[in-house]
Amino acid sequence: MTSASLTSRKRPLLDRIPVVHQLRQSVGLQRGMLVAGLVLTILFLLVAMFAPLIAPYGFAQLKNADGTAFGTTQAPSGAHIWGTTSGGYDVFSRVIWGTQTAILVIVVAVILSIFLGVFLGLISGYFGGWLDRVLVVVCDAIYAFPSLLLAIVMAIAISGGQSSLWGGILAAAISITVVYIPQYFRVIRSEAVRIKAEAYVESAKVVGASNARIMFRHVLRNSTRTLPLIFTLNSSEAILTLAGLGFLGFGIEPTAAAEWGFDLNKAVDDVTSGIWWTSIYPGLAIVLVVLGITLVGESLNDLADPRLRGRRRAAAASGEVAETSVVPGGVLAAGPGGVDGLEPGGSFSDEGIEVRP
Amino acid sequence: MSDVVQIEDLSVSFSTDAGAVKAVDGVSLTVAPGEVLAIVGESGSGKTVTAKTILGLLPETATASGAVILRSRDGATEADVISIDKRRLRQVRGTDVAMVFQEPSTALNPVYPVGWQIAEGLRAHGRLSRKQARAKAIEILDRVGIPEPEKRVKYYPHQFSGGQKQRIVIAMALVLNPGLIVADEPTTALDVTVQAEILDLLRRCRDEFGAAIVLITHNMGVVADLADRVAVMYQGKLVEQAEVRTLFAAPQAEYTRKLLAAVPKIGQGLAATQDRAIARAERPLAAPVVQARDLRIQYPGRLGRPGFVAVDGVSFDIRPGEVLGLVGESGSGKTTIGRAIAGLNRVSGGSLQVLGLEMNGVRERQFRKVRSDLGFVFQDPASSFNPLLTVAECVAEPLVVHGRASSAAEARRRVDELLEAVQLPRAYGDRYPHELSGGQRQRASLARALALEPTLLIADEPTSALDVSVQARVLELFAELQREFGFASLFISHDLAVVDLLADRIAVLHRGKLVEEGTGAEVLGSPREPYTQRLLASLPVPDPIEQADRREALHRLQSQSA
Repeated sequence: MTSASLTSRKRPLLDRIPVVHQLRQSVGLQRGMLVAGLVLTILFLLVAMFAPLIAPYGFAQLKNADGTAFGTTQAPSGAHIWGTTSGGYDVFSRVIWGTQTAILVIVVAVILSIFLGVFLGLISGYFGGWLDRVLVVVCDAIYAFPSLLLAIVMAIAISGGQSSLWGGILAAAISITVVYIPQYFRVIRSEAVRIKAEAYVESAKVVGASNARIMFRHVLRNSTRTLPLIFTLNSSEAILTLAGLGFLGFGIEPTAAAEWGFDLNKAVDDVTSGIWWTSIYPGLAIVLVVLGITLVGESLNDLADPRLRGRRRAAAASGEVAETSVVPGGVLAAGPGGVDGLEPGGSFSDEGIEVRP
Repeated sequence: MSDVVQIEDLSVSFSTDAGAVKAVDGVSLTVAPGEVLAIVGESGSGKTVTAKTILGLLPETATASGAVILRSRDGATEADVISIDKRRLRQVRGTDVAMVFQEPSTALNPVYPVGWQIAEGLRAHGRLSRKQARAKAIEILDRVGIPEPEKRVKYYPHQFSGGQKQRIVIAMALVLNPGLIVADEPTTALDVTVQAEILDLLRRCRDEFGAAIVLITHNMGVVADLADRVAVMYQGKLVEQAEVRTLFAAPQAEYTRKLLAAVPKIGQGLAATQDRAIARAERPLAAPVVQARDLRIQYPGRLGRPGFVAVDGVSFDIRPGEVLGLVGESGSGKTTIGRAIAGLNRVSGGSLQVLGLEMNGVRERQFRKVRSDLGFVFQDPASSFNPLLTVAECVAEPLVVHGRASSAAEARRRVDELLEAVQLPRAYGDRYPHELSGGQRQRASLARALALEPTLLIADEPTSALDVSVQARVLELFAELQREFGFASLFISHDLAVVDLLADRIAVLHRGKLVEEGTGAEVLGSPREPYTQRLLASLPVPDPIEQADRREALHRLQSQSA
């Protein structure tokens, strides 16, 4: 084997970046879904990042610089392009600032749940026994709770229902954490149980590797491939819970942060009196962000599964005949089509999604 | 023309992530009524794709060109499977052509009785009352040799053994009396004694039902046993096509010759092991590496139920530098013994001494010291490597775990030596396991097992997942390494011919009990026990003339024991 053929198996840089790799790999409808999701998600991130530059007013601002009030429920105009709310806030500014709150909730919820869930799942799946049984029962019990109810309880417990910025965010994040730990737990546990029986884990046992080494070096690294999907679903659920809390009145005070659920709650009365702009924009923001993140998650999931992944049709009976093992001892190239055959480069994309056909 | 199927210039391509891959390239074949055509080839040769095209079972990612003309049994209608629409294809399937799948346990739906599943095919193709369909199902079950078909027709698939399930799958294929049956590796998942019965049944399909059979297989013994004509495929192309006797007697193509030469035959190992046996006899008897006395291994049962006894009262020794071949059918407990020696299964009774340590009731802490003297090669090359580590890292793992090297990078020199010892290029260490072929991975697996220079190597069916030519290469390498490193070995296999090639002594297991033990010449040359005799007689040999005699012998043996 020459060194040339070895260097050539490195995928081009563009192909090795996680989402970009999937984007280049996808075709047709799946590509459309992924692109739409990515556009929405990137837009969401950009808006959150540059909120101070985009928003013409602060989220708690009621007056112009010269001291005159905005006025309540003003129709969209040059000064307030999406109008003002019944509380006298600028709708456009509050929708923009709301992206920051949303991102905070996602980050806190995911950080809280992912580490604990993955760790417990790994231990439970790998060791089994009574610990496993107890943890599974506890997780099943948690499934029985509606997450919104938990969130309300959390909101009351954390801040007595009168929430500040962090009170509201933590309430939403912790309630999601409680619901999502079992999800991470289950996914990692079932993967760990499966991988535990794989020959390479047994091989490590025969070699005499310690449990910790087997768990982290062999089991954990191979069981994370579905995490990106739960991660995205988790994120959108986090936003929905925050919005639900706000809508029910357990949200964040308008002076502490901008929050879409709270604005929707205040807009309920406006709808019947023909004031549409106070509800449409925050509602649309929630829908688009959740849609964007979910589309990315679903497409990544479909693309990770070779059976669901669409491919361009082969032209009538074209292509090279694959090289197969030759007597004696097999050719020095692997698999049909050689080393770069069915899957150019690694069979695992960088975020751990197995992309082998 | 009265051929039941006529394939003309068939080409099939699959679209994959790396662009189009051609699986079948310009194949032309015909099958006459009542003829058994065997398509042989190694994995990736396109034989299964060709067979699936006959039934129009190609996946959506495939594109086919050429023609596959299928005639009905009376020759009245014909259809080109590639171009006809789905409705017509459904009519053709079952009535003109039927399929027997490789894995009988997954080809049957576990939630319906077998009678219902047979009737389903009948009712899809004609107006039959429930009662008529049932009567036909009973009749066909009787004809494929299921005892008490009236009662068994109501049974669910899990109530049948593997061989019986395959009989039912064949019954489902036969029930509409198609002119052609496509059998895709119909005996690969079955034990050798069951395989002989299924081959007999398939022969009856041809003789009694007059069905033509397209037999897809990689087993040359099966071909010799059943086929009338053989087509050899390689890399999507038809290499050779001939009458079965002509092919085995005088293969024309270079590839066919190599393929036939690679098939292990009983008796080959005799010369190799004889020298070693003499050499060993001169040496004084050393203490055995493994000593089992009345070994009993029981898998724990569910609450309140007794466990399953996998190994019961087995005694054997493995002496230093000796290869013990452990043979048995599935469920005989051979793998369990291997795993118990490696400390992967608990010993529940008797005594098992491994390298001087008693395994009955052993603690992991005590055993860890012994592990560095122990190597294990797993059956499935696909799953025996962590897919996220490079081959070098995998091979270095034992060295790192036992503190011979602080990291995989530091162990690299030793890893390179090991890779060279198993005849893999050094540069392969930087590859990931999936970038290696099955045979290469199995060689890397050997390198990992030998990394610590163990005194005992356990090889659990190391070649059963490999193609025959690759298998030959790996077995050769194993023998070479054994000579070089001088380790003792437990070689587990279901294939008598493979064990014969390597083993100094052979132990035959049957349902957890040791049936017979002795040198290769003793056990395979003149077996004492009836089970061993039957096992040996069931093994098809890659020679149609000799196989016909052996078939007779097996029938005599079966009628004696019956």
